[in-house]
Amino acid sequence: MTREMRDNKGRRVVVVTGTGVVTSLGLGKNENWTKLTAGRSGIRRITRFPTEGLRTVIAGTVDCLDVGPYSAPALTIAMAMAAAQEALGEAAIGSAGSFPGPLYLATPPAELEWPQRRLLWEERAGDELTGYKRLLAAARASRHEELEEKFQFASAAEHLARRFGTRGLPVSVSTACASGATAIQLGVEAIRRGDADAALCIGTDSSVQLEALIRFSLLSALSTRNDPPELASRPFSKDRDGFVMAEGAGALILEAYDSARARGAAILGVVKGCGEKADDFHRTRSRPDGTAIIGAIRNAIEDAGVRPDEIDYINAHGTSTPENDKMEYLSLKAVLGDHLDKTPISSNKSMIGHTLSAAGAVEAVFSLLSISNGVVPPTINYRNPDPDIPMDVVPDTSRSASVRTVLSNSFGFGGQNASLVLAAL
Amino acid sequence: MRETPRDVWVTGIGLVSSLGEGVEAHAALLAPAAEPAPVLDEAAFAPYVVHPLAPIDLSKQIPKKSDQRQMEGWQRIGVYAAGLALTDAGIAGKPELLDRTGLVVAAGSGERDTSVDRTVLEKLDGREDTGLLAKEILPSALRPTLFLAQLSNLLAGNISVVHNVTGSSRTFMGEEMAGLAAAENAVRRIVAGQGELFLVGGSLNSEREDLLLGYELGRNLWRGPFRPVWARRQAGGGFVPGSVGAFLVLEARAHAEARGARPYARIAGVVSDRSNRATGEARASGLRLFQSLCGALPRAQLPVLSGASGVEPVTGEERGFLDDLRAEGFDPVVRAYGSLLGHGVEAHLATGLALAALAVSRGGFLPPSGGLDAEHRLDGSPGRVLVTSFGHWRGEGLALVEAAGGGEAR
Repeated sequence: MTREMRDNKGRRVVVVTGTGVVTSLGLGKNENWTKLTAGRSGIRRITRFPTEGLRTVIAGTVDCLDVGPYSAPALTIAMAMAAAQEALGEAAIGSAGSFPGPLYLATPPAELEWPQRRLLWEERAGDELTGYKRLLAAARASRHEELEEKFQFASAAEHLARRFGTRGLPVSVSTACASGATAIQLGVEAIRRGDADAALCIGTDSSVQLEALIRFSLLSALSTRNDPPELASRPFSKDRDGFVMAEGAGALILEAYDSARARGAAILGVVKGCGEKADDFHRTRSRPDGTAIIGAIRNAIEDAGVRPDEIDYINAHGTSTPENDKMEYLSLKAVLGDHLDKTPISSNKSMIGHTLSAAGAVEAVFSLLSISNGVVPPTINYRNPDPDIPMDVVPDTSRSASVRTVLSNSFGFGGQNASLVLAAL
Repeated sequence: MRETPRDVWVTGIGLVSSLGEGVEAHAALLAPAAEPAPVLDEAAFAPYVVHPLAPIDLSKQIPKKSDQRQMEGWQRIGVYAAGLALTDAGIAGKPELLDRTGLVVAAGSGERDTSVDRTVLEKLDGREDTGLLAKEILPSALRPTLFLAQLSNLLAGNISVVHNVTGSSRTFMGEEMAGLAAAENAVRRIVAGQGELFLVGGSLNSEREDLLLGYELGRNLWRGPFRPVWARRQAGGGFVPGSVGAFLVLEARAHAEARGARPYARIAGVVSDRSNRATGEARASGLRLFQSLCGALPRAQLPVLSGASGVEPVTGEERGFLDDLRAEGFDPVVRAYGSLLGHGVEAHLATGLALAALAVSRGGFLPPSGGLDAEHRLDGSPGRVLVTSFGHWRGEGLALVEAAGGGEAR
């Protein structure tokens, strides 16, 4: 029996043996990677609900899965299922309905939406009660198991745990737009601790519903450049004006290196390091000096045990908001110094939009594809470079490059910052 | 159990509930002669009963009015309790410690403005045009700060902003399972050396019609008049939501000793699982967890702070689990703390852990609340307390809280 493989900090090495993805570009890695590296956009006009009168009427919706009448939880679950199925197929681990490890799920908060609220209201047509008293009367009068089941917070994880037979308590996590990276971090930590030999980590989000769109719009976070939709998301451009809401899911099978080797699994890459840091400056804005973002990036690189100049591609958070892209540049510059000038960086969000809770997982899947294929996807719509953000953003067309070590960033409301370092074995 | 430098010590407690605020107000519930009675509001949300939050002066922990305005009730309660815990642990206002304190929060849905929702529903009433919401109603009805009250991770976000906790920040969701995942995450990270210092907990604002609606859709709520948790079964069961903010500072023993912090207790372990909840499964899941966590304990009286919600059939399953402990040779002395404080859902386990730590450090225990034979008298004072968490829908978990050896207990 040989000694277990350890990293340079003496911890178990965590590898990826399967990945899966769904975005507005389509279902599965093949379709996504083909379109992503061809610079295609998945952003389109919203048809799911009437948008007349709204300032933003575009999004990266996922329309390729049939979930019956749309509800955020139904699509959230369906996308996660599809991504996980693809990842499990690739990893060929466990058996059907029996995955030998825990589930870590990044998922948006679940809540009743207007169609459901309106339905309850109308069940009591003619009732004198008003407001929530009337909705509660409807809830008392007849069973609403389907609503209850769908809009429980535990619901998405429960569906996945049942379908894939994951072990133990299914864990749902939210760190806003960093959630997908956090789900991966939870898996890495569990394997390093020896609590598990494998973990199923998923990020999924289908928040393109009317109220969520209006909320982000009221925070002035969204691009209003509706026409044509595919030109709206323009990370690092001088004329960027906000992010584009989008849907998607990414799934990764993490395993201890030795377990993966022992069963002869193909290894797609290593999750070398995870870093996080919370910001206390403001609920939606980061410290002007970037200390929290810098902290997250630095912590990830330190955790990975690599030097900053070993990073040879950055999969940016790159939301296309004026604030994020500037702060991300300043923070990267602070950590990578002159090495940043020589390092290609691109934002998948230029094509797929911002998949919110799923982004960290979706973009980790794409980062691993860059490592496997030696191709860096482009940042599209880069027509008007921001002179304050001088970086090699791989404009418009993808590029062949030897990519061994990737830094992937995810930042979110509530001062959430998480970064991952993914590498070739 | 053997003690190690990586023991998980409880070095700070922040509690605010229907029965008051702070360590002393809640330790008083455990005093030998205490006869605490639940504080209830049976009128405001009739037929539902809730335990309303005791009056608190928010500015003591959230000094800026602008911060208070940026939050809704559940966030204010949680931020307040988090501040109490940090102060109690001697961390508040110490940037060097706050900068590496990991924040682990259990949260549910954020809070909606129910009067806005009411206005919207009335405007929609009887009108067929599906474009109305977008065109006319929602853009003017909603306001930006509301969104930030609705995001689950914005309790953690507000704790970072108000109290400057910035080491890391993770929010777990999933009703009672959120509380379990949060506690288990912090404890396992400490034991494995993945962190030294954590602020763990959650909050619930029971005085919310939108919260009640979510749970009533599944017929999970108890409809008054009030009865203790174990006495609801004959009438179909149900939970009574209790407003609560519960945070604990958990710390590696060596880290606490180095800074001279004294422990209330140590958390010997947190274990969890998920069963499909067919008849008997939650009970069996509980027993398996018990055997892994407590199998080596002496067969004797075992104080149990039960997190039972009163929702059936799972509360019946927990009764069966407690019977199984007797069959294993233990004598569980049970208190369903939800009978006194209400059910705190995501924050319920943290509340139980805080009460257990106080019970161990002060040598007291809650008085019986009735409705269950196992709520009999405890001989002597509790050296350890088992805390149970059987989720009203999913998830089973147990935590064992013991007297902290070595350090001078508080």
